[in-house]
Amino acid sequence: MNQPPSLSEYRKDFPALHQQVHGHPLIYLDNAATSQKPQVVIDALSRFYQCDNANVHRGIHELSNRASAAFEGTRERAGRFINASHTDEIIFTRGTTESINLVANAWGNQFVKAGDVILLTEMEHHSNIVPWQMLARRTGATLAFLPVTGDDGLLDLSRLDDYLTSKVRLLAFTHISNALGTINPVVELCEQARKRGITTLVDAAQSAGHRRLDVQELGCDFLALSGHKMCGPTGIGLLYGRLDLLETMTPWQGGGDMISSVDYHESTWNKVPHKFEAGTPNIADTIALHTAMDYLDQVGRDRIAEHDLEIGAYAYHQLERLGKVRLFGPRQQRAGLVSFLLHNIHAHDVVTFADQQGVALRGGHHCTQPLMKKLGVSSTSRASFYFYNTTEEVDRMIEVMGGIQKFFGE
Amino acid sequence: MFEELNDLYQQVIMDHSKKPHNFGMLAGANCCARGQNPLCGDQMQIYLKTEDNIVQDLRWEGDGCAIFKASSSLMTDSLKGKTREEVKQLFEEFHALITTGKIVPNHHLGKLEVLSGVNRFPARVKCALLGWRAAMSALEGDQQPVSTE
Ligand SMILES: Cc1ncc(COP(=O)(O)O)c(C=O)c1O
Repeated sequence: MNQPPSLSEYRKDFPALHQQVHGHPLIYLDNAATSQKPQVVIDALSRFYQCDNANVHRGIHELSNRASAAFEGTRERAGRFINASHTDEIIFTRGTTESINLVANAWGNQFVKAGDVILLTEMEHHSNIVPWQMLARRTGATLAFLPVTGDDGLLDLSRLDDYLTSKVRLLAFTHISNALGTINPVVELCEQARKRGITTLVDAAQSAGHRRLDVQELGCDFLALSGHKMCGPTGIGLLYGRLDLLETMTPWQGGGDMISSVDYHESTWNKVPHKFEAGTPNIADTIALHTAMDYLDQVGRDRIAEHDLEIGAYAYHQLERLGKVRLFGPRQQRAGLVSFLLHNIHAHDVVTFADQQGVALRGGHHCTQPLMKKLGVSSTSRASFYFYNTTEEVDRMIEVMGGIQKFFGE
Repeated sequence: MFEELNDLYQQVIMDHSKKPHNFGMLAGANCCARGQNPLCGDQMQIYLKTEDNIVQDLRWEGDGCAIFKASSSLMTDSLKGKTREEVKQLFEEFHALITTGKIVPNHHLGKLEVLSGVNRFPARVKCALLGWRAAMSALEGDQQPVSTE
């Protein structure tokens, strides 16, 4: 058998990686915000507009047939990507945020009542907090948060039993924390919830492009992901929902495509999944997402997960060696990102200095303000990796961090 | 390693950010305001004591990046003893300085000129403005916390 190419060889597929920033080669370490796109995905987008552009599900002409087939082909591909048992369990959305809002409305409005509890964790992204706050306000339900232990960023599973009360209707949590790099035990959490008849939603924004996902093995009822963090275009993502649950839910947006028939005063709904997809969808980006999924499987999601573990651990260790650093998230079994603070230097200053050396980091609260407050900080610096990042890039980042400490006299 | 940043992070700015002037609560303040930079989580509180249309004293508290702390510190030094009209004019001069790098003739910027480098770093303009926006809001008696977004 031929050896598979080393992961760094895939760098050549990403045109944006090959540029100078402020006179230095770009080191792109903001992949948790959005990944770069391989040429095949960029080509898929322009090919659609150049050759096949038409609306879907409407025309009988050739172009519309092609567009519809490619669009529905992506649904089938996405179902295989996460091992859904039915293609109809895939609903296209703008991304993780819209997927969660869909559940909060189409499921929440119907099944959550005053007095119910929606259980989240203290490490959630704003997109997995705010839609539930809005639902709580509409229904009179309340929110509860499974605690995070501290800087090591683990869920306090010893408290799980206390939190999974008979009032809890939904447990919604992130698979991988974008602010800490924690990998949460999805199978165990879903199993504990299921035993008690609690519905589960997994925020897979940070995991979908980084490891194999099998919704049947995970045992979740809903799962949300974003295409742009996994080599795909912005503006497209999906919601997975268990078919029997989706069947019981009512639409959340009305319009074309989601109806089966319309009278002036009432309408009947289309079948799942179409009843949750009102209006002309994001056709081109959906089709390019198919290409992104193929590309990721060609690279190999198990290899990406392995690389994440290695590079995440390496970066954590090198920052620790650098010293005068506060590190967040677990020491072991962490995802491919590190969140940290250099002593007495604000994250914004760190990011400005790193940028001058071509190193793209993120500084801020990472859309996890409540978590930051809990940890007693206003922001952190974050380096988040993808399979095309190398240990040499980490070394360069560490060198730059050392330079910043020197500049600030630390 | 960071020659391009020597201009933005001048010694004066580093000094002010490490040892900010007029830092802490102000007893007897008659106007105050909160400011925040929601994207990065920077927060501050400003307290002013005004009498006869003049800023007699002012102090501030908060946490954020070096540019924000230095700018707030320098601002509090330069606003002391100014009338409302003078504060307003100075804010306009400062705003032009850090957004365009332009300095008007007969300006009153004084030490604030050290922040002129900010104009080449658009992402940092809001850091330099946060303290000022809070001060203007306190003088205008706004109840809402100001936000740089
Ligand atoms: C853990 C997590 N959840 C949700 C989101 C929101 O994703 P999107 O903005 O693509 O909807 C993100 C993205 O930053 C994330 O990291």
